[in-house]
Amino acid sequence: MSALPPLPAPTVAGLARGLHRGEYSSVELTRACLERIAAGQPELNAFVTVTAEGALSAAQAADDARAAGRAGPLTGVPIAHKDIFCTEGVRTTCGSKMLAEFVSPYDATVVAGLKAAGTVMLGKLNMDEFAMGSSNETSFFGPVRNPWDPALVPGGSSGGSAAAVAARLVPAATATDTGGSIRQPAALCGVTGIKPTYGRASRYGMIAFASSLDQAGLITVSAEDAALLLGPMSGFDPRDSTSVDSPVPDYMATLGDSLEGLTIGVVREFFDKGLDGGCEQRIREAIAVYERLGAKVREVSCPNLPLSVPTYYVVAPAECSSNLARFDGVRFGHRCDSPRNLTDLYSRSRGEGFGAEVKRRIMTGTYVLSAGYFDAYYLKAQRVRQLISADFARAFADCDLLLGPTSPTTAFAIGAKCDDPITMYLNDIYTIGANLAGLPAMSLPCGFAGGLPVGLQLIGPHFSEGRMLNVAHRYQQETDWHLRAPSAWA
Amino acid sequence: MGLNMAGTDMAGTDMAGADMGWETVIGLEIHAQLATRSKIFSGSATAYGALPNTQANLVDLGYPGVLPVLNGEAVRMAVCFGLAIGARISPRSVFARKNYFYPDLPKGYQISQYELPIVAEGALEVVLDDGERKRIGITRAHLEEDAGKSLHEGLPGLTGIDLNRAGTPLIEIVSEPDMRSAREAIAYMKKVHTLVRYLGICDGNMQEGSFRCDANVSVRRRGAAQFGTRAEIKNLNSFRFVEKAINFEVERQIELLESGGKVVQETRLYDPDKGETRSMRSKEAANDYRYFPDPDLLPVLLEPAFVEAVRATLPELPDAKAARFVRDHGLSDYDAGVLTASREIAAFYEDVLQRVGSDPKLCANWVMGDFSAFLNRDNLEVGAAKVDAAHLAGLVSRIVDATISGKIAKEIFEAMWESGASADAVIEQKGLRQITDTGAIEAAIDEVMAKNPGQLADYRSGKDKLFGFFVGQVMKATGGKANPAQLNELLKAKLAG
Repeated sequence: MSALPPLPAPTVAGLARGLHRGEYSSVELTRACLERIAAGQPELNAFVTVTAEGALSAAQAADDARAAGRAGPLTGVPIAHKDIFCTEGVRTTCGSKMLAEFVSPYDATVVAGLKAAGTVMLGKLNMDEFAMGSSNETSFFGPVRNPWDPALVPGGSSGGSAAAVAARLVPAATATDTGGSIRQPAALCGVTGIKPTYGRASRYGMIAFASSLDQAGLITVSAEDAALLLGPMSGFDPRDSTSVDSPVPDYMATLGDSLEGLTIGVVREFFDKGLDGGCEQRIREAIAVYERLGAKVREVSCPNLPLSVPTYYVVAPAECSSNLARFDGVRFGHRCDSPRNLTDLYSRSRGEGFGAEVKRRIMTGTYVLSAGYFDAYYLKAQRVRQLISADFARAFADCDLLLGPTSPTTAFAIGAKCDDPITMYLNDIYTIGANLAGLPAMSLPCGFAGGLPVGLQLIGPHFSEGRMLNVAHRYQQETDWHLRAPSAWA
Repeated sequence: MGLNMAGTDMAGTDMAGADMGWETVIGLEIHAQLATRSKIFSGSATAYGALPNTQANLVDLGYPGVLPVLNGEAVRMAVCFGLAIGARISPRSVFARKNYFYPDLPKGYQISQYELPIVAEGALEVVLDDGERKRIGITRAHLEEDAGKSLHEGLPGLTGIDLNRAGTPLIEIVSEPDMRSAREAIAYMKKVHTLVRYLGICDGNMQEGSFRCDANVSVRRRGAAQFGTRAEIKNLNSFRFVEKAINFEVERQIELLESGGKVVQETRLYDPDKGETRSMRSKEAANDYRYFPDPDLLPVLLEPAFVEAVRATLPELPDAKAARFVRDHGLSDYDAGVLTASREIAAFYEDVLQRVGSDPKLCANWVMGDFSAFLNRDNLEVGAAKVDAAHLAGLVSRIVDATISGKIAKEIFEAMWESGASADAVIEQKGLRQITDTGAIEAAIDEVMAKNPGQLADYRSGKDKLFGFFVGQVMKATGGKANPAQLNELLKAKLAG
């Protein structure tokens, strides 16, 4: 891999500067990314589809726009999209056999926003099937491997996004987070991930897993890069009733603000048990960095947070069982050969098109919504969800941001947890709370344990992305964990 | 008219049931398609009759990634309906998903309202055939999307799917089980039909499926406290079918119970060709719809100010209009009811009356009588007839000012209907002006008396009944144009000698 030339700069901010100064063209930069993607694919399997031709013509268009004096801050910057976002004329698989041949007739709002900002799409990134998984092993297109050690998982479901950014195949990628699917892979791959407030970015064109939890976000090298890219993909969308009609602030403007007077709450429940000792050590060190930066740190409690995993595994499957009903073999997606009748068409198309984890969740969700079980499961879970939200609201009365680990452990071996869904689900124990409450959250690289990256999680009140990016950025100015790349891909 | 005849026939069946000590219990679920231009959750057009799948966009097709956005006009129309039935408008209503698989249901769920409908309890008062008034409770009315259609015709061995109708806004109006006969059910359904058309929220076209209903029917021993087990008859799209289906079902259930059987709770389909209901699926085989709040849509929050603004736009409703016709125009309850059954007819009547300026009963008779009969005969809408309100008012005015007799007026009306000419034009052209000249009438009387000396002698000797004979002869001689009142008076004097 050492023969592989590095990108001219590791970050979007750096590349945008290079493009602006004319140090290289978008076409040259795009070629360099495509080369790295091609070299990385056999080992990492981060991409489902590489759109080389489209990328080069978009890059040419970006260079033309720049020559004509019509370049914005992101014009010509190559990125890639998680394969959950619909992209016009390009197949959008959601990591599933069900959609292996599905070509979307339209762009997701997030994709359209980033396209309008001048970014160049390199391709579509691998993911857990329908975003259901924490290891990227449920993809129909095979597992993604962790660039720090190809025997390990990259996390999931946005494993392709995290691995591609960690291996510097692409400077940034879109991703989605329903229960930790941005933050956990970001932590396991040593990159920066942000899940904005629920409703900050439109869900239109983002294939639904659990509609009340799904949120589009980013995986980047730095918080500054996230601040650059978040604006164009955010905002109210009249096609998504749950997107929020409030102006998108200039995230770059507040990035360097001082942390004097900031109060950070350390969530006691995040340190109770199950947290790897090495990981805990890195988190404690990060807390010390913040204290040096002038932040006050205090312990807070969210007593209902330990209930977040069981709550999530009622709510998310319930919604998914309904959301995935449209994949019936009638209008699009996989259809079985020679169906004998309607029931056969349904059962074989779905039986063949969905993988085991998706089926497990559809069955769980169908069960918890069934007559006689609805109250005991779905309604009770919704009540617990409110308690968890209330816990967070109480905590934010005393502090500006919450802090803790992103994941209980560093990356684990491919295959290690495949046979035990409960253990797999516990990977998201620290991340799910933010989804249940609709809060923005981030994961930042904060060092290594056993040679593997550890992620630091920040959780903020609704619409506090600006403050959170500022707090993350100041940390990244004090540390260089986010700039560490696996040696094989440096 | 044929409708009423059928009703009269079937009423016998009801009575038979009652005689044997059975009581029928009926509740209706009426589906009215809201007259919005676009669908309830997408921008596709809702016009009827387009080529299959030409009015279905990605949202209607349930494509991956698409999301529903609520059509505010559908909400306004539902609020209109709620206010018109005096119902409570829910300040917060919630869309839910009703999950089931069917090829014409693209998403695998129908978006409907379940626990929190937009319109809560209300009621309508219906007038039964015997003039009795009855209050029918309305449990709720909720917004939902329609499904598409499965097509089998011309597709041997295949099923075609037309999603033009998928996502069309419906309001489902659920009644209490307050109706006790098919006739009551029809009276209620017609009342709702009139109301939604008054409000302009539904075109009421039953052939196109814009207004249809499901009937829940059960029977019980008279005096029983508990309802019997009900059957639900699906998708009835004409008043006649509703009546026939209910009466068939009542008879079926009574026969079943009297022969020691049990009614099974099930969904049944009415076959209009055979005039019977057939089992579609039993409750055991029914879907568990797994309703839950749709996370793609926010709760619908209605401010009191919005509701009041909608209330201010409500037209005068049929009951209020009928009461006004009775109070201000001196019409009978029956006439007022007939005139207000259609907003267009009521408006036409008021237009005619205003132009004539007097004689509301005469105006009403003409609108309900010849005018409506001709509309029915030619299957025309009010606005499509050649006789407009000005023309009919012209005709009525000539009766009022005695230019023509009521009898001649019918002949003139027919000519107006065919030609589109005014009453005056027809009167002039045909020379139908009434003879009010005393001399002319007297001359005709003299001639008739001279020609019929025998009858004259008989009359004068006491055969009073011959008076009618002389009236007829004079009318014949004047071509029917003699003013009847004058003729009577003059004839009496002359005959008396």
